[in-house]
Amino acid sequence: MSFVFYILSALTVAGALAAVLLKNTVHCALALTVAFAGLALLFLDLHAQFAGFAQILVYIGAVAILVVFAILLTKGSETPKDGVFSKTWLAGLAVAAAVFAVLGWAVLQSTSRLPQDVKAPTVTVQQIGQSLVGRYVLPLEIVAVLLTAAMIGAVIIALHEKEGLQ
Amino acid sequence: MFETLDQIFVLLQHWLVGFLPLAWQSVAGVLLSVVVIIGLFPALFALTTVFERKGLGRIQNRLGPNRVGPFGFFQPVADGIKSLTKEDIVPLSADVAVHFLAPVLLVVSVFMGFAVLPMGRNMVLVDMDAGLLFYFAIGASTELSVFMAGWSSRNKYSLMGAMRAVAQMISYEVVLLLSSVTVVMIAGSLSLTKIVEAQNHYTWGLPHWYIFTPWGLAGFVMFTIAATAETNRSPFDLPEGESELVAGYHTEYSGFKFALFFLGEYLAMFSISGLGTTLFLGGWSAPFSFLTWIPSWIWFFSKLMLSIFVFIWMRGTLPRLRQDQLMNFAWKFVLPMCLLNLFVAGLWRFLGASWQRWVFCSAILILAYIGMGLGEMRRKHIGPRRYRYAE
Amino acid sequence: MTPLAGYLLVAALLFAIGLAGALTRRNAILVLIGIELMLNAGNLNLIAFWRYGPHPEVLTGMMFAIFSIAVAAAEAAVGLGLVIQIHRHAHTTDLDAMNRMKG
Repeated sequence: MSFVFYILSALTVAGALAAVLLKNTVHCALALTVAFAGLALLFLDLHAQFAGFAQILVYIGAVAILVVFAILLTKGSETPKDGVFSKTWLAGLAVAAAVFAVLGWAVLQSTSRLPQDVKAPTVTVQQIGQSLVGRYVLPLEIVAVLLTAAMIGAVIIALHEKEGLQ
Repeated sequence: MFETLDQIFVLLQHWLVGFLPLAWQSVAGVLLSVVVIIGLFPALFALTTVFERKGLGRIQNRLGPNRVGPFGFFQPVADGIKSLTKEDIVPLSADVAVHFLAPVLLVVSVFMGFAVLPMGRNMVLVDMDAGLLFYFAIGASTELSVFMAGWSSRNKYSLMGAMRAVAQMISYEVVLLLSSVTVVMIAGSLSLTKIVEAQNHYTWGLPHWYIFTPWGLAGFVMFTIAATAETNRSPFDLPEGESELVAGYHTEYSGFKFALFFLGEYLAMFSISGLGTTLFLGGWSAPFSFLTWIPSWIWFFSKLMLSIFVFIWMRGTLPRLRQDQLMNFAWKFVLPMCLLNLFVAGLWRFLGASWQRWVFCSAILILAYIGMGLGEMRRKHIGPRRYRYAE
Repeated sequence: MTPLAGYLLVAALLFAIGLAGALTRRNAILVLIGIELMLNAGNLNLIAFWRYGPHPEVLTGMMFAIFSIAVAAAEAAVGLGLVIQIHRHAHTTDLDAMNRMKG
């Protein structure tokens, strides 16, 4: 496999590890941004340019900023007195390790049977646009309704309740 | 002869790269263009700082800097020496890694945005199929660097400035995207070179620039408003308001890091003016068909400097908007106008080439502007002032 | 190891790291960060299978990944709104302290 893939995966995994291990919550959010960037570059390596740029625009441009705002609004930058890992951290780690073992075994067992040299697909934005309003128009409309509902819901959930609000 | 002049930089690049073995030529060509961009735009930035200070000075009825060099034009040299030799103070409780990375991230992402702008015929660094999407994706990363700068300084004024700046940038990013989407819809491609080529036709000597259409003019005005807000320029510069928050999110930066923030802000201004020029003003195409002999890169840079001049003019003339006024303006007035503009652009395309489409589209936009403007103003109770006295 | 297996292993590793983060950290926001990592790992899987699988011209994998990005953004917004509201009520985001229904 290519050198670029190794570097990008190392960057992404390092960012993800830092995001779950660091003590300071804002540092975790910034490490998560590094992981998102690494993933976007991996998408570009896989010739999925639209998905890569959409990942940067949505995740780094919006979700990372949301996480950071939420940390600031909930005073997350103060470290709690009992440490940052919960009392049952060992069980959680064991479950995650078991999941990785099962997934890794499944991947290594099965991928040797797939065809090896698949030519890189060339995708134009026009093809994506036409499939969005052609084959995938129903998911597109449903995602539009979902985003509207999520927007209204998030505003209502986070609204300040004034005294005597109806 | 004029075709050679038009393509002179491309020919120069091919000639220089021809000295290398074949396998290295494409990489060397790209590297050469990158070096030229990294050299050219900061030089333009230095020139713009002088123009801005002298321009603002003249608007405010005073001379600008006039000591260093002829008419003060070597002022950026003095400023550069000052910022390089000033002591780099980092607050004791600041988060050193994040404090260091914030200006770096800003400058890197702004430079990456220059890669997709077509600066002349065949003069784009990377001709991407989804170039506009790449530009907006990179622009979204600048918001994160603003936040990093404000938070890492451990200073309440910096944090407040950073929060205001990020909120403002997010609100106007939506407006920026929607006003560009109308251009994409009509041009039929996200690639900036194709958008310029779609505007490079002439009817009776006048060009087909998108600004000369009703939806294009509305889109350009909204794009300019959003661009001013995205780069935190006056009248939207409350996050760095000098009379309010000391210097906003770059309060705790001194010396070279502050110079990097300054550089990043002006380069973002160039980059977004370049994008506006490409989308609405026809990029590198000439205004009249009898002027196409002038090289394309001269037209692009003239339009760019004209946009910069308009930015400087707005800074000197308009008063600052308060944070809630600015956010209200974005979400309650500009965004509905943007959505209506999308509809009008669709109607334009649907009606085909006729005189009716000019009438209908202009009528819809003008009526909506007047209607929404009156609706917004009614709630402001603009009338004779009512006095309330203490009992 | 084929290139596809490499991408799938990286995705599995990211998923496991996200799961570990969601299960072991106290702060509610870090649980959401873990969930975002898991969703991203799923997206990487989808794009890798699109690239190396049969019929990439139908664009199924890429479309699925794009819709997944949109849905994840919506879910992050609602989840973070909930975390903010919980903080207003309980004045803490420590999940170990919120182990009672009373309040």
